[in-house]
Amino acid sequence: MNTTKRIAGILWMIAGPTAIYYLIKTALSEISKKPVIDTKIQWAVFVIVFIPIAIGIVIFGYYAITGEYDRLPESSAEITDQ
Amino acid sequence: MNQPTNEVQGIRRIIAASSVGTLIEWYDFYIFGSLATVIATQFFPKTNPTAALLSTFATFAAGFIVRPFGALVFGRLGDLIGRKYTFLLTLIIMGSSTFAIGLVPGYETIGFAAPILVLVLRLLQGLALGGEYGGAATYVAEHAPPKRRGFFTSWIQTTATLGLFLSLGIILITRHSLDIDRAKSIAKFNDWGWRIPFLVSIFLVVISVYIRLKMKESPMYAKLKIEGKTSSNPLKESFTHRSNLKMVLLALFGATMGQGVVWYTGQFYAQSFIENICKVDFEQSRTILIWAILFATPFFVFFGGWSDRVGRKWIMMIGMLLAIITYRPLFGQLLSIADVNNKIELPEQKQINTTINPFAHTGNSLRIVSTKHFFSDGMVMTETKTDTAYADLSKTTIKPDIKLSKLISKNDYWMMVAIVFLMIIYVTMVYGPIAAFLVEMFPTKIRYTSMSLPYHIGNGIFGGLTPFIALLLTTIYSTDKLVGLFYPMIVAGVCLLIGVLYLRNKIDSDVND
Repeated sequence: MNTTKRIAGILWMIAGPTAIYYLIKTALSEISKKPVIDTKIQWAVFVIVFIPIAIGIVIFGYYAITGEYDRLPESSAEITDQ
Repeated sequence: MNQPTNEVQGIRRIIAASSVGTLIEWYDFYIFGSLATVIATQFFPKTNPTAALLSTFATFAAGFIVRPFGALVFGRLGDLIGRKYTFLLTLIIMGSSTFAIGLVPGYETIGFAAPILVLVLRLLQGLALGGEYGGAATYVAEHAPPKRRGFFTSWIQTTATLGLFLSLGIILITRHSLDIDRAKSIAKFNDWGWRIPFLVSIFLVVISVYIRLKMKESPMYAKLKIEGKTSSNPLKESFTHRSNLKMVLLALFGATMGQGVVWYTGQFYAQSFIENICKVDFEQSRTILIWAILFATPFFVFFGGWSDRVGRKWIMMIGMLLAIITYRPLFGQLLSIADVNNKIELPEQKQINTTINPFAHTGNSLRIVSTKHFFSDGMVMTETKTDTAYADLSKTTIKPDIKLSKLISKNDYWMMVAIVFLMIIYVTMVYGPIAAFLVEMFPTKIRYTSMSLPYHIGNGIFGGLTPFIALLLTTIYSTDKLVGLFYPMIVAGVCLLIGVLYLRNKIDSDVND
């Protein structure tokens, strides 16, 4: 199971940039089709909001690859790095 | 013998006090969305591009972007100064912003100040909502006995749905009670009556603030405070410490992201689909949702309680799986029910009504042709075609405005209620256990901050954008009316994979740490 978790991590790391690539591509194509302010704002919001989330899934994938999720913490003491 | 009884009474009071406040916050947040069209005509005239721009900001910024910021601001406060005062503050901010929206003069009276004021108040609403839920869920969970945490927190989960129910109910009642004549009542509502649901909020908030003032601080948090073990920098501890950040990311990608899209598809996109794609009448599309919510709401408590016995993970995962598998057939069925090609028209009953309103000095007129089609099962479809009747008969309107509205039969109506009910059952499966699930993932001292952010990214951004992205997909790929469903299905699919693979089903018996 832990091997599967780690291998799947590669998938999550790829998912982030792929999603952003398609999001920006679609945004540019839709804005050029209808270059009004509403379309621009709408797509700008989507891109701005989803970029940090895509970075998040890359970090998640990295943690998965490095085995951070092989064993989940049992108590709060394990969650606080002090 | 008395102690457990007192304990149960105590927790009931805590749930009631927390839930009423959260319910009111959701009500306040939803009435703006439900009255968006009326508000737009009062504050954001389409003829003015800047006002229209502010309208777009009010929709997107407040509903989706500001909520996670609210989660950070108030989550931090909740971990620094305590749960009780923080969610009291969010309630006051939400209530006063809502009341103030009801008082803002229209664009015609004060010009640009009107949309700017409304935008600012809407942003405050979004911020307050971002801070409310985490506080209420944490507060109840920290009082609940370990074996009934899912059951007790699920009452908080009902508030989001009941808030929508309350907002739709109050709007429909107000819309019909301002005049004996229905058309006049609706006209009055669109003119000034829309303010009533906003103003009513202040009474609800005053009562709720009174109840919440009487509440005590969460015992777990109070203990930490006495021991001097509260976090001095909850944001830093939550998001820069790898061991906690990994749990925040897991909560987002393995649970709240999928839960958010399932929720918004079942409760918001379904209604929008029935009204805008199936072309069902304004009020019917809303009462269908009201009935479905009413029947499905007890299942939040059922699945929350059940999760105390079998664990949270699999109930949520099965809810997502069912949604992914059945969304297309269910929405396809909604389309088919409203499709006139599946019905027999009664042409002899057809009614055509033409109204002509002449324009001054041009000789041209505005022509409105309203055609009523009757069908054997009882459905009535009204087609309203608006165009210009030119004085010069050789000229015609190139693209007349055509609007369809269907009053569906009783059988079809209840069939739609049943389908939406089923979709809300999926919502109850993913949403009922999630408060307990999130509370159990994080330590007391940074719980409010840590659980609020993934919740509001999952629900505010992934979930909140569902109706917009789904609608956008139908305009890009216009041949398939169900194409919009790919967004929630893909997001829920990724979440399901991550959840099944990485989440644990174990219930944390001790959140007192």
